[in-house]
Amino acid sequence: MYSYIVKRLLILLPTLIGAAILVFLLLRLVPGDVCLLRFGGEGGYADPEQIRLCQERLGLDQPIFFQFVDYMVGFFTLDLGVSMWTAQPVTEEIGIRFGLSLQIAIMATLVSVIIALPLGVISAAKQNTPTDYFVRAFSIAGIAMPSFWLGILIILGLLIGSQAFFGRPWMPPIDYVPIWVDPWYNLSALIWPALATGYRYSAVATRMTRSAMLEVLHEDYVRTARAKGLIEKVIINKHALKNAMLPVVTIIGIEFAFLMGGLVVTEQVFNLNGLGKLFVESVTQSDYTLTQALVMLVVAIFVLVNFLVDIMYAWLDPRIRYN
Amino acid sequence: MKSRLTRFAASVVLGSALAVGAGSISTSAQEYGGELRLVVGSKIPSYDGHIESTFGMIHPIRPFYSMLIRVNPDNPSSPTDFVCDLCVGDVPEPTNDGKTYTFKIRQGVTFQDGTPLTSADIKATFDKIAFPPEGVASNRKAYFKMIDSIEAPDDETVVFNLKFASGTFIPSVAMPFNFIYAKKDLDEHGYKWHQTNINGSGPFHFVEHVQGSHVSGVKNPNYYHEGKPYLDGYRAISAPKMSVRLQAIRGGQADIEFRGFPPRARDDLVKALGDQIEVQESDWNCVLIVTPNHKVKPFDDPRVRQALSLAIDRAGGSKYLSQIAIVKTVGGIGFPGHPISSTPEYLEKNIIGYGSDVEANRERAKELLKEAGHENLKFTLHNRGVDQPYKVVGTWLIDQWKRIGLDVEQWVQPSTPFYATLRTKKDFDVSLDFNCQAVVNPIADISKFLPSGGANYSDFEDQQLEDLYIELLQTGDPAKQRELFAAYEKRVLNDLASQFITLWWYKINPYRSYVKGWKIAPSHYLNQSLENIWIDQAEYKKQLGG
Repeated sequence: MYSYIVKRLLILLPTLIGAAILVFLLLRLVPGDVCLLRFGGEGGYADPEQIRLCQERLGLDQPIFFQFVDYMVGFFTLDLGVSMWTAQPVTEEIGIRFGLSLQIAIMATLVSVIIALPLGVISAAKQNTPTDYFVRAFSIAGIAMPSFWLGILIILGLLIGSQAFFGRPWMPPIDYVPIWVDPWYNLSALIWPALATGYRYSAVATRMTRSAMLEVLHEDYVRTARAKGLIEKVIINKHALKNAMLPVVTIIGIEFAFLMGGLVVTEQVFNLNGLGKLFVESVTQSDYTLTQALVMLVVAIFVLVNFLVDIMYAWLDPRIRYN
Repeated sequence: MKSRLTRFAASVVLGSALAVGAGSISTSAQEYGGELRLVVGSKIPSYDGHIESTFGMIHPIRPFYSMLIRVNPDNPSSPTDFVCDLCVGDVPEPTNDGKTYTFKIRQGVTFQDGTPLTSADIKATFDKIAFPPEGVASNRKAYFKMIDSIEAPDDETVVFNLKFASGTFIPSVAMPFNFIYAKKDLDEHGYKWHQTNINGSGPFHFVEHVQGSHVSGVKNPNYYHEGKPYLDGYRAISAPKMSVRLQAIRGGQADIEFRGFPPRARDDLVKALGDQIEVQESDWNCVLIVTPNHKVKPFDDPRVRQALSLAIDRAGGSKYLSQIAIVKTVGGIGFPGHPISSTPEYLEKNIIGYGSDVEANRERAKELLKEAGHENLKFTLHNRGVDQPYKVVGTWLIDQWKRIGLDVEQWVQPSTPFYATLRTKKDFDVSLDFNCQAVVNPIADISKFLPSGGANYSDFEDQQLEDLYIELLQTGDPAKQRELFAAYEKRVLNDLASQFITLWWYKINPYRSYVKGWKIAPSHYLNQSLENIWIDQAEYKKQLGG
């Protein structure tokens, strides 16, 4: 098991370096820089000397090769630098948003798991019945509906519904308060995006659970269990579900990693000060250091989650670690 | 001149009357207390007003600072009404043939950290803005080229000595970016300290800034304008998406947004909330400009550029575009309504493309194109990837040019590459550009059209225009200023057609009706100290509950 873990860890490093080089080069393909935008983006007079000083301070006047060397040195020494837009340390910029994105990811995952596992199992156990058809329609709708669009519908529904029922329109709070400061305020803001993203997430997981369960339920050992006279509940919960979990865990892991940095549009719809919104802002402002750090963070999360999923695979299925 | 001034005075009175009609001026007594929640659609790069130029910094940070003088917060719609903030009495008249301004400074003012404010702080601030040391940025030092020296002979007096009399000096001093800093902070912490720290003497004290989320402030108990501010505090919430800002006002999560919404958003809010929404509207000191690249053929030919301007039906555009976009007013190069700017009647008679007979204009445009040998010209209109108002106006322009037989495609880019194309790469045929200023200061604002002005991307040279501008800049006499301004305008829009005007922007601010005391200005940078704003508590409870 240990050699398996070490091998997986060694594969991570080249993946991270490759991603770092790629993101550096891709960002520089877009002409223009943060200084031109920051001082002249609103149509007023922009002092050329100020733009020159800004470019000098940020190292944008240096040849690309020197910028690249500087970036890679920072990468290997874990020095992510400062945001080109706000001059705040990148770690601070990310740290402020990380808690919110993590909370949303956890809440959406919980929503997803709570919906997906029971529905997937029931759907498989009652294959080709009206219950199965309903679950399949419910999950297909979730896959078809983008979470940001569902978010917009939720906000409009809240506005219109609250006005109709309580006489005054209400929408979720648009600023973030940590859950330990004001749990009610925090949850009233975050439960809606968690539902919107959790539904789509659950739809994928429901379908995966259903198909994995169907496959397992047709295995010989399940038939044997039935022949031995075990009740269906025990067969499903004790024998089938654990073995059907491999692909489901993969999906849940990948979706969780995606949620940490991928809620770009949903965070904007709900005005959540998370990593996705920061991502959009950093790209539109040509804030190279922040964009690079965010891409690397998302890559690192994906790599780490994949690593954990691989480890879980090995734990769930001993054949993998022995091979 | 007299009739123009009369019309200007009438427009100010009419504007005020409209504002009263919109309910902006309350007849009831002001109430104390409450927190204003404003939504801001842009991010704060730093807290230093002297280097920044975004409303994303002004809206949340301006209330922490004082100015030497400012646009009158009780009459912000007037482009010529300036009043003292930290100085006492009226804004001083110049002496020494217009070359010396002496300001008497208010006593008893303190910064947030308790340091008393004196004339030395004013001098240190304007020295930093006008004469920054080598390596120190100052985005508006060009506005203060007329300053020779600044003196603080005693704690209560600041003297600005100018190299020449200039009509741009007072409006430049009143710019809302000129935050007054403590000399102590500049001396002890250096010139970059204010980029990340706040220590002002304004109506509110800084509490916190959570990056990407909000800025909050509380009432300054020692504020020097008696009885103000009325609010206990405010919270400026960052919300980059316009739809979020709009729904936040509708859904009771925000009270006001100061930049402005398109007409459709105003109509949606009013439809949803009826009399719970107040609306104030104003001409806006921002204008979309068509910028042909003079280095690209055939736009080096003035006849082609004139034809492009002649094809545009500005009055028709105003009528229809104002229903869907934040543009409305037809004007020349100066802010419409300012005494120095050309009147609609003058423009119609004297400037190409402003005549009321649109068909005749277009016939003339076709003739000019034929003379130049470019009847079926094909080119690309470079535009910024922002809907309001760039893409809307860009699409309209293409339609206008099609009517004289031109084949135009729109090339839309996000903001960063858009500016790179405009300023450095210069690989465009014709581009939309814009000029957006804070204080209405037409003589300074029209430097946008000057080849050497630093913000003109048409890439041409014209000594006659340069000479006219220098003469205009150094003239104190209003009548002479108007004469030179008109000559400059004719040179830009007629003779050279080096650039030309589409429509001026139009500012629309719908907000919750329990917010009282705020008055719209012709710029989203102005009148943002929040000190006049108060909350009608009864109305607030009625609309949002306890």
